[in-house]
Amino acid sequence: MINLTINSNPVAVPEGWTVLQAAEKLNVRIPTLCNHPDLCVAGNCRVCVVEQKDARTLIASCSQPATEGMEIMTNTLKVRNARKHIVELLLSEHRADCTKCYRNQNCELQALANEFAFGDHLFLDLVGEHEHLIDRTSASIIKDDSKCIRCQRCVRTCTELQKVSAIAVSGKGHEQKISTFHDRPISHVVCTNCGQCVNRCPTGALTEKTYIDHVWDAIYDPSKKVIVQTAPAVRVALGEDLGYDPGERVTGKLVSALRQLGFDYVLDTDFSADLTIMEEGTELLTRLKKALVDGDKETSLPMFTSCSPGWIKFIEHKYPELLPNLSTCKSPQQMFGALAKTYFADNVKVDPENIVSVSIMPCTAKKFEANRPEMRDSGYKDVDFVLTTRELAIMIKQAGIDFRRLDTSNYDSVMGESTGAAVIFGATGGVMEAALRTAYEIVTGKEVPFENINIMPVRGMEGVKEATIKIEGCLKEWSFLEGAELNVAIAHGLTNADKVMSAVARGEANYHFIEIMACPGGCIGGGGQPIPTSTAIRQNRIDAIYAEDMSMAIRKSHENPEVVAVYKNFLGEPNSHKAHELLHTHYVERMRY
Amino acid sequence: METRKITKVDLIFEHIDPREVLVKAYKLGSEGIIQEMLDSGVKGRGGAGFPTGMKWKFCAAEPEPEKYIVCNADEGEPGTFKDREILDRVSYKVFGGMAIAARAVGARRGYVYLRGEYKFLMPQLLMELDGFHKMIDEIGYDFRIEFKLGSGAYICGEESALFESIEGKRGEPRNKPPYPTKCGLFGKPTVVNNVETLVNAVIIIKYGSEKYRSMGTQFSTGAKVFSVSGDTPTPGIYELELGMTCLEFVKEFGDGDAKAVQVGGAAGFCVPRKAFAKTIIGFEGVPTGGSMKLFNSSRSMYNVLHNYLDFFAEESCGQCTPCRIGTQQLLRGVEAVKRGEMKSAYLNELVKLAETMKISSKCGLGQSVGNAFNSIVENFREEIIY
Repeated sequence: MINLTINSNPVAVPEGWTVLQAAEKLNVRIPTLCNHPDLCVAGNCRVCVVEQKDARTLIASCSQPATEGMEIMTNTLKVRNARKHIVELLLSEHRADCTKCYRNQNCELQALANEFAFGDHLFLDLVGEHEHLIDRTSASIIKDDSKCIRCQRCVRTCTELQKVSAIAVSGKGHEQKISTFHDRPISHVVCTNCGQCVNRCPTGALTEKTYIDHVWDAIYDPSKKVIVQTAPAVRVALGEDLGYDPGERVTGKLVSALRQLGFDYVLDTDFSADLTIMEEGTELLTRLKKALVDGDKETSLPMFTSCSPGWIKFIEHKYPELLPNLSTCKSPQQMFGALAKTYFADNVKVDPENIVSVSIMPCTAKKFEANRPEMRDSGYKDVDFVLTTRELAIMIKQAGIDFRRLDTSNYDSVMGESTGAAVIFGATGGVMEAALRTAYEIVTGKEVPFENINIMPVRGMEGVKEATIKIEGCLKEWSFLEGAELNVAIAHGLTNADKVMSAVARGEANYHFIEIMACPGGCIGGGGQPIPTSTAIRQNRIDAIYAEDMSMAIRKSHENPEVVAVYKNFLGEPNSHKAHELLHTHYVERMRY
Repeated sequence: METRKITKVDLIFEHIDPREVLVKAYKLGSEGIIQEMLDSGVKGRGGAGFPTGMKWKFCAAEPEPEKYIVCNADEGEPGTFKDREILDRVSYKVFGGMAIAARAVGARRGYVYLRGEYKFLMPQLLMELDGFHKMIDEIGYDFRIEFKLGSGAYICGEESALFESIEGKRGEPRNKPPYPTKCGLFGKPTVVNNVETLVNAVIIIKYGSEKYRSMGTQFSTGAKVFSVSGDTPTPGIYELELGMTCLEFVKEFGDGDAKAVQVGGAAGFCVPRKAFAKTIIGFEGVPTGGSMKLFNSSRSMYNVLHNYLDFFAEESCGQCTPCRIGTQQLLRGVEAVKRGEMKSAYLNELVKLAETMKISSKCGLGQSVGNAFNSIVENFREEIIY
């Protein structure tokens, strides 16, 4: 242990801890800005400087390791003056139109300014010195350099967590900025639209493109029927933007709020998540049969899940040679969209032309996905507008809804029925678990051999998880699988996805089925979720997801009565011709640079 | 205080038999070399003045088997042009210093990080390096040197930014600790020395630490190559013993009308006429990497300051707040005062800002902007305002 004092109070910390961590242990708060719990230390904003006895300069507490006998002072005049200067400097290059900013009242620079830099500006305004272009080219993300304070959290996120490096630092001195490859628009570089940078930007420099006003217009258009679907991960995170602690489940209130906002039908993406399991599970079993029994060399294994649009764009850019391994299933959002303007329209007898289909997603990449040219199989744009969890919270506030006092209510039907299997799509490993619950039962007629059908090996926050499921007691038509060991892998965060993909590409991976989610923790850690984020917050949301699963009466996708009905009345059977037309898609090879 | 008269020496550029020195160093071995370096009292010639023997000792003590010797030849300080001359005339001594350092710390690979603008030296240097490699092979050294060209950024002369650049990354300083002797190039223990420092190692081994110590002062041993420029009838490169005063320097090199000397380039200090007599050039006074720029009374110190600030605002890597924005604020601030848009009292705020930059910037660049700024503003305030 290392012994040091902070503001004369002794503290002992393990070797390798920073001064900042030591201060946290003593509950001494040191302000930070470029520091983020998910990212490596940068030490570039200098807001966290503190004084060390007998040192020539102040030290950055986030990057300075604690050493034996150190005497640290966090609140001397020298420190205060330096901090004030640093915050004033940041403000002088930041376009502070706070009242109109998307991040107003949830901005880390604003919070620091309130503490250290109120009153008149100390320095000259430098914002006008630079030409700032706002990049609105992406369907998902807006980048406004005039609000950027160069903390490089986004750069570290894109590089470390996602291994995408769509954004990087360019230029030096007064020309230094966060830029893209050759300064191209975001829509024209290798960006997966995952939005993890948005989640970690301390200011309003990176935000999602909002469609709130489009949705309000639709709601108030009397000629339109507006239907809304909500993704599984929204119900365990929305509360955070409305004053609840992380991990609070607000499903019933969410439904009531959407109704009060004026949506004509409040439906659940869970329904199409269950449908995805039927389609994807069948596709997997078919591929296994082709490969193992028919000896078809053309069949690509392992098969990859295709629910996460950030992941889809990643593989399209980086591993196009592996696209045949990607399940052809659309994501639940897009399956829902395709059925909304066909099956659902028939059901409620509304001309699909007059349906506006909205989705509430934990995701920024879903905005891009809904705008893909492939996603018009209903004959219309399958999903018209995608809102993030954060945008929904804004709408709820705009409508003056007292969320806490709302009664709970249930989703409409059809396409509003959910199962536990669908809910866990929101957590890493969830799609795998849901698929195994169904596929195992299709093949053997028995439940998966885990207590309470909770498949614990595929759960948890480890970056890459592996599991092997032995298939025993097969039904007759599946006897070729008797005794087979199904090897599965699960990765979340694109850096982990890349690890698995490079192993697959090298032929070193012995998997049959791989689940990939672009975001850390899965959808609950999505780029559209409430800010801030950290491992602890994501864990709380995951705990809530599994609690929701346990609370459901039905916990297996194939038992969802609405799913049974849609096959009986509309689609026929899984992977039928009609199902292929509406629920499956194809992918495109994209440039690597 | 101990001072010296101007004493010109000729050790750096003197031609010697490198084989003889390298054989001697080889026989001395790690401990012997490091002891000589420690005894000599030599400090880094790049400007920061860290005791070279200590640096080698720390690196030698690291158990990691893979280590590097890096020669910092990214000579970019405004007004410094001595390393170019050294590399041009006695590159074998630079390579020799690297081999001695390698022997001392147990490194097998070395890099010369050469300023991009010195590319024209490359063909000659590579040829000389071939001969050098053959010679040290014969003596028994297991050491190879490679060249890496810079791309024009001043910041890459900062040692950790230099490592990043060699590694193929954007040249940005790293957080310290860890220091290079523990975790440097490619994450391995690394000795990084200025061109001139490495030549000094050859001199120390050849003549012995005792003779070396007889030059200079107690805290500034040895001699140093100075790049003399500005308002002087005799600009050029001079090797002088350390410890002279600024007054003696100006008497020797000035044009009779010197009102200030900028010692140590843009990152150094401005010494005004009234302080010439009491200012020692050396580590006990004003340290320098070698740049000595004289200004006579025809020069506007506002223009001098503006030129330096313009340089820093462009050459800051932009990574840390105090340096990236502070340099711009100082530049725009003095412009605003000059134009009368800000009151002259605003200069006091800027001096405080420069102090903040000194104590809170991440690396030596931001930390030294305040040297030039404050020494010019304090001594030539009226020239800045009016």
